[in-house]
Amino acid sequence: MSDRSGLHPGGRSGIDVSAIVRDALASPHADLVTRPTGRAVRKAIEARIAPSRPPVSVSLVDFTRVRVIDFSCADEVVAGLLLRHLPPGRPRDAFFLFRAVEEVHGHAVGEVLARHGLAAVCTFGGGRFRLVGSASRGERAAWSVLERRERIRHCDSASLLGPGGRALLGRLCERRLAYRDSAGGSAALTALARTLRDRDPPGSQRSAQ
Amino acid sequence: MRVIEIPPSLDYRNVETLYSAVESGETGPVLFDARRLEWTDPNGMLALLAAGRVAGEGGTPPRISLPERREVVGYINRMGFARAAAEIFSPPPREAGRRPARSSDVLLEITPITTNSDVHAAVDRVQSRAGAILSRSLRYPAAAVVQFSVILSEVCQNIVEHAEGSGWVAAQAYNWARRLGRHVAVIAVCDLGRGFRASLEEGHSARFADRWGDATALEAAFLLGLTRFPDTGRGQGIQQIRKQVARWNGLLSIRSGTARIADAPSWSRNPPLEEKLAGFPGAQINIILPERTGE
Repeated sequence: MSDRSGLHPGGRSGIDVSAIVRDALASPHADLVTRPTGRAVRKAIEARIAPSRPPVSVSLVDFTRVRVIDFSCADEVVAGLLLRHLPPGRPRDAFFLFRAVEEVHGHAVGEVLARHGLAAVCTFGGGRFRLVGSASRGERAAWSVLERRERIRHCDSASLLGPGGRALLGRLCERRLAYRDSAGGSAALTALARTLRDRDPPGSQRSAQ
Repeated sequence: MRVIEIPPSLDYRNVETLYSAVESGETGPVLFDARRLEWTDPNGMLALLAAGRVAGEGGTPPRISLPERREVVGYINRMGFARAAAEIFSPPPREAGRRPARSSDVLLEITPITTNSDVHAAVDRVQSRAGAILSRSLRYPAAAVVQFSVILSEVCQNIVEHAEGSGWVAAQAYNWARRLGRHVAVIAVCDLGRGFRASLEEGHSARFADRWGDATALEAAFLLGLTRFPDTGRGQGIQQIRKQVARWNGLLSIRSGTARIADAPSWSRNPPLEEKLAGFPGAQINIILPERTGE
């Protein structure tokens, strides 16, 4: 099946981090604090995306019901997840989007990403995603155009992004901030998410987790 | 019996008197005479506990004479002092004095920190009560409770991850009418673990050569963000606390071994670095957050 981005996404998981924390700690409150907690949550997220997933998956890691996240936890969960799935020898072809509340989680997430030289695609409400963390001006500009257009064919990259457009999109794909399809085109990660949301309503998607 | 007299006022500015008194190395029974105590803050209370524990290392548990004024006893017990002191002093101090059901200015009673579960419990407790105090007394925005909890979590993790020993944390809000003309929130953390110098020694002492010592170790952690862990993501805790405390125009100081390092705002008289203090085990962290003045 082909989505409107021309991709064949394996699936999108909405992962409620607060539920994982509550399960792990048997606590009514979802406070993402201490490094061991972060490590346990990261492993739980990985366990959820691991079994029988198709080649490519996009997971929406949802912090919105987490009361507080400290830097140690943000380092383990956000940076840890991205770093583990960045190198060529990654355990699976998994991409991540993050949903958070800016006043509660934004600072910790941004700081740990910057510290590792990472960036991530995040939404802080309102449905609009943005690139958070460490990225060059060119990468940000290219990511914004891609996000707006959802997909850019290989042959269109120079006309849409200028002479360095192909290289910039290539860099975004290397950094796992965009998806490189089999035809050499690039797709926004959110386009995958939207396609799957249309195909698979959030309620059923979450209950399947 | 050696008597260590507690001054009428014991807070972050004069806890050194207590550390010096304990450092003398004299063995034998010790009495902490706190009868004249009229005012103390979380730093003073944790220093009393820590000094008591160090004094008892010779084998004889120290004694303590509680303040004569009932309201002072009530106040320190409101912070959980008697409960924490029961494990250190003999006979254990009674929970005398007037003890209100729950004071609105107590952000966090004296809480032992040994495991990560203790950190979770402390953050949970603060979340439920700090919001109102921070917004009402300190006029911080509603979201400040999150940053406050993050600070608390990071300083407590410092005990679990680096000290390799147990410690305590306590936090309270005060009206510093005479001293600063404003309300403040005070967070004190104290452990009797191995301290910054020993924690960093294996990984970092060589690069500092003969400069290595308590002050250099504090500078390495405080200013450079070095930790004993090799991962890039480590060492952020203190750096992030520094940034947040500075945003709130607060004071942050860390004492370890024989040195103390501080980020001191203009309202404070704390020097940025103190050396050759009395030797004391572990690390002691002091954070003072002043009320916003609308500047």
